Amino acid sequence: MATASKTGCTVTGSEALMLSLLEEGVDVIFGYPGGAIMPVYDALYDYRDRLRHILVRHEQGAAHAADGYARVTEKVGVCLVTSGPGATNLITGLANAMIDSVPMVCITGQVASPLLGSDAFQETDVVGISMPVTKWNAQITSAEDVPRVIARAFYLAKTGRPGPVLVDITKDAQFGETTWSYRKCTRLRSYFPYPKVKLNEIQEAARLINQSRKPLILAGHGVLISGAQDQLMELATRADIPVASTLLGLSAFPSGHRLFAGMLGMHGNFAPNVKTNECDVLIAVGLRFDDRITGRLESYARQAKIIHIDIDPAEINKNVPVTLSVVADAREALSTLLSYVKENRHTGWIDTFGSFRTEEEETVIRPNRKPVNGQIKMDEVVHRVSEMTQGEAVVVTDVGQHQMVAARYYMFQRPGSFVTSGGLGTMGFGLPASIGAKIGRPDRDVVLFVGDGGFQMTIQELGTITQSKVPVKIILLNNQFLGMVRQWQDMFFRKRYSFTELQNPDFVNVANAYGIHAERCIIREDLDEKLDRLLASDDSSFLEVMVEPEHNVFPMIPTGESVSNVRLE
Amino acid sequence: MNSEQKKEIREYTINVFSENHIGLLNRLTIIFTRRKINIESLTVSESHIPGIHCFTIVINSYEDLVRKVALQIEKLVDVLKAFYYTTDQIIYQEIALYKLPTGEVTGSIGLETLIRDYGARVLEVTPEYTVIEKTGHKTETQELLEKLKKHKLLEFIRSGRVAITKPMKELTVHLEEKEMAFNYILKEDESY
Repeated sequence: MATASKTGCTVTGSEALMLSLLEEGVDVIFGYPGGAIMPVYDALYDYRDRLRHILVRHEQGAAHAADGYARVTEKVGVCLVTSGPGATNLITGLANAMIDSVPMVCITGQVASPLLGSDAFQETDVVGISMPVTKWNAQITSAEDVPRVIARAFYLAKTGRPGPVLVDITKDAQFGETTWSYRKCTRLRSYFPYPKVKLNEIQEAARLINQSRKPLILAGHGVLISGAQDQLMELATRADIPVASTLLGLSAFPSGHRLFAGMLGMHGNFAPNVKTNECDVLIAVGLRFDDRITGRLESYARQAKIIHIDIDPAEINKNVPVTLSVVADAREALSTLLSYVKENRHTGWIDTFGSFRTEEEETVIRPNRKPVNGQIKMDEVVHRVSEMTQGEAVVVTDVGQHQMVAARYYMFQRPGSFVTSGGLGTMGFGLPASIGAKIGRPDRDVVLFVGDGGFQMTIQELGTITQSKVPVKIILLNNQFLGMVRQWQDMFFRKRYSFTELQNPDFVNVANAYGIHAERCIIREDLDEKLDRLLASDDSSFLEVMVEPEHNVFPMIPTGESVSNVRLE
Repeated sequence: MNSEQKKEIREYTINVFSENHIGLLNRLTIIFTRRKINIESLTVSESHIPGIHCFTIVINSYEDLVRKVALQIEKLVDVLKAFYYTTDQIIYQEIALYKLPTGEVTGSIGLETLIRDYGARVLEVTPEYTVIEKTGHKTETQELLEKLKKHKLLEFIRSGRVAITKPMKELTVHLEEKEMAFNYILKEDESY
């Protein structure tokens, strides 16, 4: 045990918190101090050699950084903030982690327990406020409860379908004393995180797959969370099944693989969207049939037998009625499934993807990935970065057009290489998340693609990058618009550009002011050289690329339309 | 289930068995609020298993929606099990209390018969007021209410529903089954 030498000693609630974090294997905390969390920060001062604290510039940044950290490390991201505004500033980050199933433990300070409910200075009911956006939360009002509640928080954040947990600690609990001892939480009477695989369901799934002539696998975030990418690869190659991916499932299957059909959904690839409505068996692994994936539900994969593998029983038949459900951890389900799935070839079926691929290639991809004239396009920037990093980088994005472009054009080679805000679509996520990702994986290149809108929502985290020396490579794709909203205005609101044009600051000067090496690229001929310099740098580095202002992202399934109606222009 | 049944609004009783933790009621109601389902009645009390509480929630909705809501309730960390029933699957009662001026009770002809006919009983009589209790279904307590309104009714209150299910399987059996269906051992690579 990490803190065995302290067992039986009297410690404060604050020190007990530090010891509990060590017991849970925490080595990084993203935080921001304030009045109601000061005793904890005082205790942290003695543990700062073992618990690295990253001082962010806004609590939302702490939450997104912890989120980015958790996504690339498979560890729990930890935040530490004060009461009142410190706590409320976390909410967006909690909601983001909740909808994307990211394990986090957020610790908030709270006014002393006798003041609870009295509208004391910086008191806010954060347990009440955070309820809809946390997997679980609790308030500690006595020092002796610290180890038990923290143990439970980590257990719940990480197990089953992961999610964010919030623990609110009153100031008197931080000051109070307790006798130190720690026991990890391994079960709770009312919580059932790992459903056992039912063999008859797996056999039935295997039967459907073995008999199928036109099967299609949809790989979701659950594949990455459960670490099922090897099993996914084995299933796909053995039974010769094309694999399409959700936004959050990207990198679970190598983008360049002959069986990779591309991304699903509103701005996904042409072939997998159309083929969803042509396959005979749809094998959905670790996903929740979000409306951005399904389009119009009434005409989604009606012809197919749908096998839905997910760990969360509440996701089964929630949006899409399925033929067969397997409620289980994706890796366990796929491992068991592999015992029954036979070798197969679906050459004819797979060949039918080719014409759709070619059409998309000719209409959308080629003109955008390697344009010869006009202004620089987002697409070619991502494409060049993908080539230069050989698909080995961790790609972090913000939200909007650049996010879809990054998802479409980066050729992922390794699992766990894409960090993006999926379900919530949180602008401002990118910059802080890239900080967390780089701290979590210092061994890998972390490249952030961010738009000029989202960048300004959390731009102050440039200060965190400088102070904590986080060598993130920032690529700002500046089209001087809130591009995705502008695209919708262009397509569905008669081009009435209502408040989507941005008057921006000189971003290079801003980055420079934070002490970050920064360049701007305006013409195509300079792009490679400037990207080279950015990627070769050992320090954090910033490149602003001025891109075509009114470029639309295609393919696109307009809201409420069928996946079959995916438009190429 | 055909699509007709899915669309039919019916009365459902949801039984939720949970740990007795602060804030759970809030988490529960959020699930109904998000889907804009109005709670018709709500009763909470400790079950026969020490430490486990039972929420009895009555709503009017579609079966498809009730099933989704029940699953989302069961997903809450502190909830052990959530069941939903149509009204014909349960035995249920509500209790109603009626307060009348004592003068009215003693003075009006037929009131005593009315109380007797409805199987109500007198709980307390003071010179000023009399309190009557009636247990039954809402339609019955409502019917008595309408009649007593003509007798200068002072106050009326009705409880939420309490319900016992007709199926014979006990909660403990459900829980054992649930336990059996889950792995508790932390996976080897669970290094967090």
